[in-house]
Amino acid sequence: MKRYSVFAVAREALRNHQGWDRAWAKADPKPRYDAIVVGAGGHGLASAYYLGRNHGITNVAVIEKGWLGGGNTGRNTTIIRSNYLQDPSAAIYEKSRSLYETLSQDLNYNIMFSPRGVMMLAQTQHEVRGYLRTAHANALQGVATEFIGPERVKELVPIIDTNGPRYPVLGALWQPRAGTARHDAVAWGYARACSAMGMDIIQNCEVTGIRREGGKVTGVETTKGAIGCDRLGIVVAGHSSQLADMAGFRLPIESVALQALVSEPIKPCMDVVVMANTVHGYLSQSDKGEMVIGGGTDGFNNYTQRGSWHHIEETVRALVETFPMLSRLKMLRQWGGIVDMTGDRSPIISKTPVEGVFVNCGWGTGGFKAIPGSGWAMAELMAKGASPLAEEFSMFRFREGKFIDESVAAGVAH
Amino acid sequence: MLILTCPCCGVAAEETELQPGGEAHLKRFGPGSSDDAFEAYMFARANPKGVHFERWRHAYGCGKWFLAARCTATLEVFGTYSAQTKEPPAEIVTKIRAKRPDWAGWSA
Repeated sequence: MKRYSVFAVAREALRNHQGWDRAWAKADPKPRYDAIVVGAGGHGLASAYYLGRNHGITNVAVIEKGWLGGGNTGRNTTIIRSNYLQDPSAAIYEKSRSLYETLSQDLNYNIMFSPRGVMMLAQTQHEVRGYLRTAHANALQGVATEFIGPERVKELVPIIDTNGPRYPVLGALWQPRAGTARHDAVAWGYARACSAMGMDIIQNCEVTGIRREGGKVTGVETTKGAIGCDRLGIVVAGHSSQLADMAGFRLPIESVALQALVSEPIKPCMDVVVMANTVHGYLSQSDKGEMVIGGGTDGFNNYTQRGSWHHIEETVRALVETFPMLSRLKMLRQWGGIVDMTGDRSPIISKTPVEGVFVNCGWGTGGFKAIPGSGWAMAELMAKGASPLAEEFSMFRFREGKFIDESVAAGVAH
Repeated sequence: MLILTCPCCGVAAEETELQPGGEAHLKRFGPGSSDDAFEAYMFARANPKGVHFERWRHAYGCGKWFLAARCTATLEVFGTYSAQTKEPPAEIVTKIRAKRPDWAGWSA
């Protein structure tokens, strides 16, 4: 792998950019790998990357049904934060956020991490109490957040109307070191680093079966033939239930559509991320100037990557009241992704009933922020059979009633 | 927009009138049952990509619960039927078989 640097840019500028390598190599499957990761989204690629970097396991294939980063990694609203209430959540999301801070340097790939600050608005008394509690919990967990009043909110976000009749802003939970990153670049950066370690990234290759012998995984069947492995990581978000079905067990997961939309690009008007959980809308401005808006999920099972129109309508209607200037904007694009919702809205990073099969799923509506931490924990689990970060996120917690009761995506009331 | 016909009042209701209620025909396990059975009842959903039987409530209409057969991969609705059934009725199953010859069939 040729390193990206200012010297490389200067060198290539002098020779018409003819010398750039492909970021990752095209690969055909070998008959056998030490480990296979199914799913070349952010979480899958990060899992493979840390298997190599932290545990020295590089005979790894990452298998992808479609194209790299084409699922939820390319469909989210790119928000990174770690202001959770429960200790296990705070630990893994804060690990993730801190890894994001140096990820561009670690991967030698500019993921455009922008620690611009994330603000979660409190628009009801219930939310004020909830966020004060979260701020105290975060102080104990070592996560830097604070509860700020409406004047400070207005100072940080001049375009906000704090005196709305229906949704007044009573304060906010403010995490100054949270922010956004370029979502595609996260997948591309990990893919490039995996490829440089000699891993195979095999796209357009769908897994159709999971081979087992005596309760232990021996490989996968794919549209490009059978591939053997000792360890299998299933990291496929919305399709986790299908892969679990192939391995002969069920997951506490339901797949539903979550939507987002962007406006036409406008001049810089808001340099923080604002989440309004009472009305279920998130807002940030991309580097291109588009206002990026995320909404709520549909309530019914769906695999079509299209959501219901009325959710978009409800999100925008509520956001326009809090941000009156949005009412003049045209919306450019709207899309949906299929998210995997667990019973307690917290993720699963776990061993499974099949020896050698591990799952990383259930990130629901908030997976992007967790990519580095999730990959870190998943790799440790696959390499060593246990990971302190993943311990509480076992799929068997549902049997024991050890829920991590956290509405992960938005911290909304539950 | 998803439109389901409520079998209780006959109204072809739009999605905004309806409240989704998750997978249908679950066998309930309570106190005294095994941990496995209770966990499966509470959490382990089939979550199929394809034919799905589910509960709905005509929340902003007659208020009654009913069941629907729907495809989660295409959003096609095969039909709706009374909630007072233990398994999908024969005419619904026939309709699904006609449209999805590969469908493995309903199992509890």
